[in-house]
Amino acid sequence: MIALLVRDLRLAVRAGGGFGLGLAFFLIVVVLVPFGVGAETSVLSRIAPGILWVAALLAALLSLDRIFALDFEDGSLPLLATSPLPLEGVALAKGVAHWVTTGLPLTLAAPLLGVLLNMEGPAYPWLLASLALGTPALSMIGAFCAALTVGLRRGGLLMSLLVLPLYVPTLIFGAEVVRRGAMGMAVGTPLLMLGGITFGCVALLPFASAAALRVNLR
Amino acid sequence: MNGLQVRDVAVERGGVPVLAGVSFDVAPGEALILRGPNGVGKTTLLRMLAGLQPPLAGSVGMAADSAAYASHADGVKATLTVQENLAFWAAVHGKALSDEVFGWFDLERLASRMAGALSAGQKRRLGLARLAVLGRPVLLLDEPTVSLDTASVALFAGWLRGRHLAGGGLAVIATHIDLGIAAPELDLSAFRAGPDAQGGSDEAFL
Repeated sequence: MIALLVRDLRLAVRAGGGFGLGLAFFLIVVVLVPFGVGAETSVLSRIAPGILWVAALLAALLSLDRIFALDFEDGSLPLLATSPLPLEGVALAKGVAHWVTTGLPLTLAAPLLGVLLNMEGPAYPWLLASLALGTPALSMIGAFCAALTVGLRRGGLLMSLLVLPLYVPTLIFGAEVVRRGAMGMAVGTPLLMLGGITFGCVALLPFASAAALRVNLR
Repeated sequence: MNGLQVRDVAVERGGVPVLAGVSFDVAPGEALILRGPNGVGKTTLLRMLAGLQPPLAGSVGMAADSAAYASHADGVKATLTVQENLAFWAAVHGKALSDEVFGWFDLERLASRMAGALSAGQKRRLGLARLAVLGRPVLLLDEPTVSLDTASVALFAGWLRGRHLAGGGLAVIATHIDLGIAAPELDLSAFRAGPDAQGGSDEAFL
């Protein structure tokens, strides 16, 4: 599993791996928002948590279809399926690799972009915390949907439709943590819900992904 | 359990049964060559043996986790070097990557080259070298010699005969060319599934 993780990270940072693509997309979406809604700082600071979370979600979506599709096209996936590594482990390693190359950079970049949206001071630590806690769920749900659509032509489009509704709970609680943090309210409940979603996803979805892969590899 | 025993196996492709009643034995140190026209089900049978799809009927006897499958696609990553590609498969299978493998498949001079810069034949040799790295006793080879030149075919046949089979391994090979390996041949067109093999009855729909 470590070998697969290391290989995927290496592939991501080499030419054509798409590392940084999600981050650049995140940056551009957030920069575009003030142009769209106007530069009124009070409006921007009110919508900042929601914008940052929606942008992070879309940026994570961008690289999802590569999780299994590339390995499927070049034939590595059936070879991995016949290796001693269980497909559950493959799915988990793939999800973790996606998080390290997408979720982690987004989390680290988000506070800088919060400045552009005039986000309230107390919200910054909560933005960092909610993204750090919530983005692993985005990667695992994404890996599951990628496993469902692997092998389909134009599967990426179908996958976006499948994955976005499943992202809604993460988005609601993630943005709620930041919004409450900005207003100085208690954030315990949404933070716990967000943590529950993430840990549930990491614990259960590798099994669902593996089952979907087995069906699609037939 | 030694060797590979296939008993009365039926397989389907795309929901249609293609082969039925296939039975054969391959003992350690032996090879079996699958023949038959395109579409007869050679690939489907090999994928079933590799565990990628369940058989419709029948049973397959072999030791668990002993099969290595090589398909038309090599699973080679273009942005990894030849050495990194092989090291990855060695690590996944928990094996050490010995330098000998590069010699067996004439890859020494290519070891640090990006796999994306290899020719089709060189990539194929890399894909076949993976089999030697895994060291699994049952090889399931689907057209292993596609895009190889005569010298490379001889190189591969030499490895198969001299190292794999001589070391007690066995192989099931779907191929159209003569590998120069003394092995029995099985013509799969004799096991083509008839339309009545689909099973079920009209009553089920009425």
